[in-house]
Parts: sequence; C-alpha cells; structure tokens
Amino acid sequence: MNGISRPLKNFKPSKSVMVMGVLLYLVALMAFSMNHHTVLKKEPVPFVVKKDSVASVKAFTAVYKVLMSPRCMNCHPQGDIPLQGDDSHLHTMFPKRGMEGKGVLAMKCANCHQPTNTPGLHTPPGNPNWHLPPANMKMVFEGKTPRQLAKQLVDPKQNGHKNMQQLVEHADDGLVLSGWNMGEGRTLPPMSHAAFKKAWLTWLSTGAYAPKK
Amino acid sequence: MINLNVNHKSYQIDADPDMPLLWVIRDIIGLTGTKYGCGVAQCGACTIHLNGEAVRSCVTKLSRGAGQEITTIEGLSANNNHPAQLAWNEENVPQCGYCHSGQIMSAAVLLREKPNPTDQDIDDAMAGNLCRCGTYLRIRKAIHLAAELQKKEGGTS
Repeated sequence: MNGISRPLKNFKPSKSVMVMGVLLYLVALMAFSMNHHTVLKKEPVPFVVKKDSVASVKAFTAVYKVLMSPRCMNCHPQGDIPLQGDDSHLHTMFPKRGMEGKGVLAMKCANCHQPTNTPGLHTPPGNPNWHLPPANMKMVFEGKTPRQLAKQLVDPKQNGHKNMQQLVEHADDGLVLSGWNMGEGRTLPPMSHAAFKKAWLTWLSTGAYAPKK
Repeated sequence: MINLNVNHKSYQIDADPDMPLLWVIRDIIGLTGTKYGCGVAQCGACTIHLNGEAVRSCVTKLSRGAGQEITTIEGLSANNNHPAQLAWNEENVPQCGYCHSGQIMSAAVLLREKPNPTDQDIDDAMAGNLCRCGTYLRIRKAIHLAAELQKKEGGTS
C-alpha cells in the first residue's frame, strides 16, 4: 500500500452521498454523449477524395457490372418502356414512363407494383417508390459504355442533380437496395450490395475516374 | 379489424392484412363484378379504383386499401350510366364479357385524365387489360363514343 491509499481507506462517506455522486456522473455522461451525437448528426462526415486513377477505374469495373445487370438496367432503359426479365426484354403490356417516371393514365407503376414484393414466381416486385427516372432526365444505363456511364453518373445535369455527397448516400437508396430484393425467379446482381457499395465508394473517393472506353 | 371504404360504404373486415383485396371484395363483401383472371397482375380483369387509380386487386393487399377510397364496377355510377358503361352497351363491346368490368374501370381512369383520348392514348392506357375474345377494336370505338358522351354530359361521376 502506498501513502495515498491509506487516508482513502479511512474515509467512509455515507452511502447516500456515494449514490448521489454516481448518479450525477451518469447524468453528466449521458448529457455529453447525447450532445456529441447531435453534433455528429448535424455535420455529416465530409467526403474526402484521394485521387488514384488506377484504383478508381478498377473499382468502376465492378460498379459497371452491377449497374448493367438486369436488376438495375431494366429501369434505366433507352426508350420510354421499362425492361423486364434476365434477358431485358420490353416490359409486357408496354407501360410508359410518363413525365414523372411513374407511368401514365390507367397504367401507373403502382397499379401493379405494390409497396412490397408480391409472393410467387415472377410476380410483380414491389417498392413504395417504384418508378423510372423522369422524362426530363432519363438517366439511361442501357447501351452505355463504361466511360459514358461513369461520366454520366458524376454529372449533376445527367444524374438527378446529385453532388458527390449525395452520390455516396445513393448507395443506400431504397430503390437501389431493392435491386437485391426483387422477388422469386430473378437473378441477383453479380455481387452483394456490400461489395457493390464498397466498389462504389472506392470509385468516388479515388476521384471517380472514367475508364478509357 | 380493418376499415375498408368500398363504393362510399364502410366495412369492418376481419381478415389477414395480406389477403388480396380481390378476395375481400368478392368473398367477404360479396361484390362479384370484379373478376379473377390471372392472379399476378398480368391481365387486368380485377381492376378496381384505389383513390382513383386503376389498381390490380389480385396483387393489392387488404392492408394497402385500409382507410382508402375503393371503387368497384358496382360503384362506378349510380345507375350503370357512366359514359363508358353507356358506350359499352351502345357498341355491344363484350363477347364473353369476363374482362369488361376491368376494361371499363381502366377506361374510366383514361377518360378522367384524357377527356379526348387519341388512339395512342387508348393503347397506352388499355394495354394492361387483356381480352381473350379480341374485342379491342370495339373497346377503342366505345372509348371514343364515351368521350363524346362525357363531353355532352359535361363531366363524369
């Protein structure tokens, strides 16, 4: 035992004082952590780019494979009719995009596509926000080369007015995520959402370089 | 219990929230004008209006309809006198008739949103309603007539 511990050994505060002390400490700790949490919420982690063209182009190769898979490309068609199936044929019944991308007249997307997947093989997949890109910004994937698609994705005039921070967040968009939950009978994108997100973030954070072709 | 408003009447439904609206409408409420065709939103025979939109009731869950405004063919007009119904009758559109409640429900949405539809508008709006008898040309003719009737009457129900 050292000299400091001896006086403490003889010091015996009443039980209530000790309990009060512990409580005060806990309240202070909670207040600090809540305040700290609020500050984090208000200020999103800034997007930092560390340019690396080789790593960026390599990451985009993986991104491109996912975006050109039927689960993503089918709702980014060249024309105004969505695509369907693993062979990306024109959607049966030929529903049309409409101004907002939500269909037209008696053929709105949500007339058949419910907020959740419909049970059964090849039944309509569901999402509360099911739609194509709008008519004034079609964000076409179909037929695009890796270079064309990469350049389109980072151009706010062609990507739905998204800046880099919004592109980062878009990886977790509900409709993007639904690509990995399309119901029975549909092939999933060629990698997990986690692997896609990692490639997407790597591509953006290394400078979002476009491949040569 | 789930509250369902069908044709301006309120029903308290004791059923699985995942039950298709079509079953509720036909088997529980007893309105059998809406038909079962494919069960997977591919034919349009089960078309009803959910808040004015032509939804396929075979894939629409009861829970989606809770508290919303639902209209079936029985509630489209007070006396079967919606312009589309009158025109269908005038043009003798149905052959077997099975798909036509769905056809008329889709046509009613089209006529509301495009009071003077072109042939292309009709094709765009009606492409999801199949007719095994092939009455498409009469359907198109009836929709044009319904548009004229609607204009004369100055509005739809």
